[in-house]
Amino acid sequence: MATRYLEIRQGVLSKNDQLAAGLRDRFARAGLFVTNWVSSPGAGKTALLERMMAAMRADGLQVAAVVGDLQTDNDARRLSRSGAPVRQITTDGMCHLEADMLAAKLEGWDLDALDFLFIENVGNLVCPTWYDLGEDVRLVLLSVTEGEDKPLKYPVMFNSADVAVITKVDLAVACECDLGAMRANIHAVRPGMRIFETSAKTGAGLPELIAFLLERRRAKRAA
Amino acid sequence: MHELSIAVSLVESAEQAARRAGARRVTQVFLRLGALSGVAKEALLFSYDIATAGTLLEGSLLVIDDVPVVLRCDACRRDVTLPGIQDFRCPLCGRPTAQIVAGRELEITGIEVEVADEASPQPTGCV
Repeated sequence: MATRYLEIRQGVLSKNDQLAAGLRDRFARAGLFVTNWVSSPGAGKTALLERMMAAMRADGLQVAAVVGDLQTDNDARRLSRSGAPVRQITTDGMCHLEADMLAAKLEGWDLDALDFLFIENVGNLVCPTWYDLGEDVRLVLLSVTEGEDKPLKYPVMFNSADVAVITKVDLAVACECDLGAMRANIHAVRPGMRIFETSAKTGAGLPELIAFLLERRRAKRAA
Repeated sequence: MHELSIAVSLVESAEQAARRAGARRVTQVFLRLGALSGVAKEALLFSYDIATAGTLLEGSLLVIDDVPVVLRCDACRRDVTLPGIQDFRCPLCGRPTAQIVAGRELEITGIEVEVADEASPQPTGCV
């Protein structure tokens, strides 16, 4: 018996990465802009998406969502109230979405007819980090109730995202949240990161966030 | 606890490469793990023993090469190593920089396998 060294040089998650690359091609061909929303549980992904999707539909945009949760389809039912098509992925305890789970949920959907697909990931600031879903933009949300130092506690997730969205800003004063410190902490782990300050309750910051997504979609289609 | 699913993916990749080379057993797996990979080393080592059970990798050693975050600092015109992952500023001049050169690695670099002496050499490299 002899031992040998075999060079491999391969990403551990290459299977997911390949599937995600396939999805990204598919989305590009369909002219579809895809966003992946990550946050801790309770940061307000569903509330913000519900309001945003309704506003975008009112502007004549075709939007749809896929929602990941460990249990229940409550979030999918809430998002459906916007009138948009919504599908639920119940992970039965799995802490993140993977590309194959998303691909399976897209079956039967006419992607060409859609402008935006929102993926609401499982509430978790750790595990969804590594799993590319073929998205164009990854948004990390944090609410003012979570404390200013959240970015310092989860630098890996903040570094994997493209945009940060602070939610529930209408509660900032009540929670004694120092928004300046929160912004500084985001920029400590990700210098220059674009930050949106939003409230699903008052609608603050939503026009800016929607305008950003529309601009990114235009840029993608022009490319 | 994503480390278990990461360990399972790692075992699948290594086993595939080992079979392709006609190996009987994998004795060591070499992994590059970036500080920004976010993978907890202890949890991965623990998961590794579970994920390797009943595979060609059973009883093998996972050798982890820790890779620190390296940033490119335009002001200093050089790559600088960060001591941690919470302050993305050049340690030399203090300027913030988001240009990450290294530190995201989660990559198998190679494996050590046992092959029968009479086995003819198989091509190595990418799989």
